[in-house]
Amino acid sequence: MVEMVKLVEGKHMKDAIPEFRPGDTVRVSFKVVEGGRERVQPFEGIVIKRRGSGMSETFTVRRVTYGVGVERTFPLHSPRLEGVTVLRQGQVRRSRLYYLRERLGKAARVKERKR
Amino acid sequence: MPRGILGRKLGMTQVFNDQGHIVPVTVIEAGPCVVVQRRSRERDGYEAIQVGFGPTKEQRVNRPLKGHFARAGVAPVRHLREFRVEDSAAYEVGQILGVDMFRPGDTVDVVGRSKGKGFAGGVRRHGFKRGPMAHGSKYHRGVGSLASRAGARVFKGRRMPGHLGAERVTVRGLKVVEVDADRNLLILKGAVPGPRGGLVSIREAKATRREKV
Repeated sequence: MVEMVKLVEGKHMKDAIPEFRPGDTVRVSFKVVEGGRERVQPFEGIVIKRRGSGMSETFTVRRVTYGVGVERTFPLHSPRLEGVTVLRQGQVRRSRLYYLRERLGKAARVKERKR
Repeated sequence: MPRGILGRKLGMTQVFNDQGHIVPVTVIEAGPCVVVQRRSRERDGYEAIQVGFGPTKEQRVNRPLKGHFARAGVAPVRHLREFRVEDSAAYEVGQILGVDMFRPGDTVDVVGRSKGKGFAGGVRRHGFKRGPMAHGSKYHRGVGSLASRAGARVFKGRRMPGHLGAERVTVRGLKVVEVDADRNLLILKGAVPGPRGGLVSIREAKATRREKV
């Protein structure tokens, strides 16, 4: 029964998603409709969480612009999601990086993970 | 002509529409169904077809039903339901009905048996408000007043705690998102009554809802 549901999901799911996890710095290319035409809007920042599984998986990217923290959540399998590029891998000790919200500047950095 | 089919609720998930918006959907395994009997105005007083769904073992069918299936010349099925049609003569006994009767964009009504919730209080069953849980209050989730003193009795229809759920529920105006005729799958936008694996009957919507913008 559940297998059949998965099957339906499968058709809508993306097959090529790069591996990334909380702490990584990524560039997300997301299609937005602006004044009747579509364009790709990049969003760059640190992944602070990934949640859900299968079709409903989402991830949240945080960045600070002009001193204002901006967080955007993207559905991983959205057809409007063009791609995710991992710019830098981070070394973190938890899966939800909410502590970054209370930090500014240098304190809000994430250590780089060595391969 | 009104269309209807029986199915089994498989579960819910979500898909993206062409605008990239998330749509909550229910996946239903609908059909193939077989026409077991026709009801006519002359004989039965109304026009309908009796439809069967789901394979069953020979030993699970009792004698009267065995005869019923034998007369129709169809294999025994687990569920039988009727669908009203304008003219039952348009159908043949033994005819197979499939999901391909529906197209994406159609609106349908879905009838099912809701999940049983057991004995439920007024708050859960009828949406009564509860009292404060603390600050010296002794009125928490009770039903409160049943009527005025002048009536000197409790009037019929007073909403009280009791059995909730496991009843026939109709959800109207669901949109068909996708039809997979090869796998007998029907994908509807929104929720459908009953547990996963529950029997649902799907028919063409009786009233069409105004298009939401």
